[in-house]
Amino acid sequence: MNKRVLLVEDEPNIIEAIRFILSRDGWTVETHLDGATAVDMVTAAAPDVLVLDVMLPGKSGFEILKELRALSATAALPVLMLTAKGQGRDRELAERYGVTRYMTKPFSNAEVLEAVNALQTGGR
Amino acid sequence: MQGRKQADLARSVGISPSYLNLIEHNRRRIGGKLITDIAHELGVEPAALTEGAEAALLDGLREVLADTEKTDEALSQLEEFVGRFPVWARLLVETRRRASDLEHSVEVLSDRMAHDPFLSTSLHEVISTVTAIRSTATILAETRDIDPQWRDRFHRNMAEESARLAESAEALVRYLDEASSVEFEASTPQEELDGWLRESGYHVAEMERALPPEPERLVAHQPRLRSAAARSLAVRYLRRYRRDAEHMPLAAFLEAALQTGFDPAALSARFGVDLGAVFRRLAVLPAGKVGGQIGLAICDGSGTLTFRKSVEGFQLPRFSAACPLWPLYKALARPMAPVRRRVEMGGRSLHRYLTYAICQPSQPAGFDGPQVLEAAMLILPEGLSELGASEPLLGIGTSCRICPRAGCAARREPSIMAEAF
Repeated sequence: MNKRVLLVEDEPNIIEAIRFILSRDGWTVETHLDGATAVDMVTAAAPDVLVLDVMLPGKSGFEILKELRALSATAALPVLMLTAKGQGRDRELAERYGVTRYMTKPFSNAEVLEAVNALQTGGR
Repeated sequence: MQGRKQADLARSVGISPSYLNLIEHNRRRIGGKLITDIAHELGVEPAALTEGAEAALLDGLREVLADTEKTDEALSQLEEFVGRFPVWARLLVETRRRASDLEHSVEVLSDRMAHDPFLSTSLHEVISTVTAIRSTATILAETRDIDPQWRDRFHRNMAEESARLAESAEALVRYLDEASSVEFEASTPQEELDGWLRESGYHVAEMERALPPEPERLVAHQPRLRSAAARSLAVRYLRRYRRDAEHMPLAAFLEAALQTGFDPAALSARFGVDLGAVFRRLAVLPAGKVGGQIGLAICDGSGTLTFRKSVEGFQLPRFSAACPLWPLYKALARPMAPVRRRVEMGGRSLHRYLTYAICQPSQPAGFDGPQVLEAAMLILPEGLSELGASEPLLGIGTSCRICPRAGCAARREPSIMAEAF
């Protein structure tokens, strides 16, 4: 089965690295750089897992997540949120908006791979 | 009232000397004819006797009242309060001023931490860059069969991100350097004194003169020493500095220090002073004449640092407790037993130093009073002195919170640094 992940992140070199490790594990990786149009992109692409950065141009990851949870098509979509903000307040905010898993930068490749695979199989 | 007896003045204006004494000490308020008479007798304007300090005090108290409720009632009692309790009135005004300064510092710091867009953006930039470098480096290190095209691309990405990281880190350091020079830096009297000494390079040339100025005069107009408590600490420091300078005159001491390779024991014997005094004198020698910086840390019996002179690579923490492995604390545990240790500071580049430490007890309140301990540690960067060069090294840090030595047996709390550089 073709596993599909959408990566919404605005750092091109982080995108390349994550794309590389997930591709080698059999994932089809689509990427998107812009926060403002991210919700449309997610609904159109309908990925198995969404990897979402918090600090994005146009719209924050928190807002995107909130909007996705309000749509029936993406209400249950597994979302891994990536952030450079490690404070408890941000984690609380992400959890309140319905994040599936939360990871702070700098993360390791193995952690991202494990998290994305776990989300696809219904774990956290 | 100089040059004239109080009793004569009292008699000439028709009041008792004891009543005049009460007036002089602000325990009785006067006005009208009496004040005119006293001013006339003293040859000054009546206003000169009441204005100035008292007016400032009343203004200060009005400000205190402005922050509270029931101001009408309190306002009506203001003058009586100043007249009857001038010392308490001054204390109240001073306390309100300090509270207001502290509130301001807290506001500025909180605002900076929470909302400073530059700090937040810079940190985000640094973390994002580090993430990209880490991910890319791991791919390059762990993927054996990587396609050459991908490998080249990742190498390019690494170079790009490294340059970006260097730039962001530099901007961040520059920003923090600038921030450390603004007014709120010093929030305690000890920090004000530290800032002033740092700025002056620790060497106070005025106190080296044959006829030095009074310490009080020297500290009176130093903008760094804002609080009375800081100025009082500075006066105490300068008095000790002067005593040391008298026992160890600069030119002779400098020559002897260079001759002995900065050996505190030899210098102590030559000048007939205790080791602690030699440490202090060595630490304030002009760096240009010594060939490098000499550091000094002094702590009291609780281990609290009361004097900090850092040298490159050996930072003395301002806010948290220091590394428990410092020879300073070994000396503190064994008063009067001298300690000499070569140490290596953990971190990205491993700096080495020769340290000397001693703890000296004193009985400032006599034999029946408590024993007061003070320990000092002299820090000589490797290369400044050849002494002890073959001795084994002791690994130390600055403070547990920022120390990368993962397996340290004396660790007090986890570090925020990566386990090893």
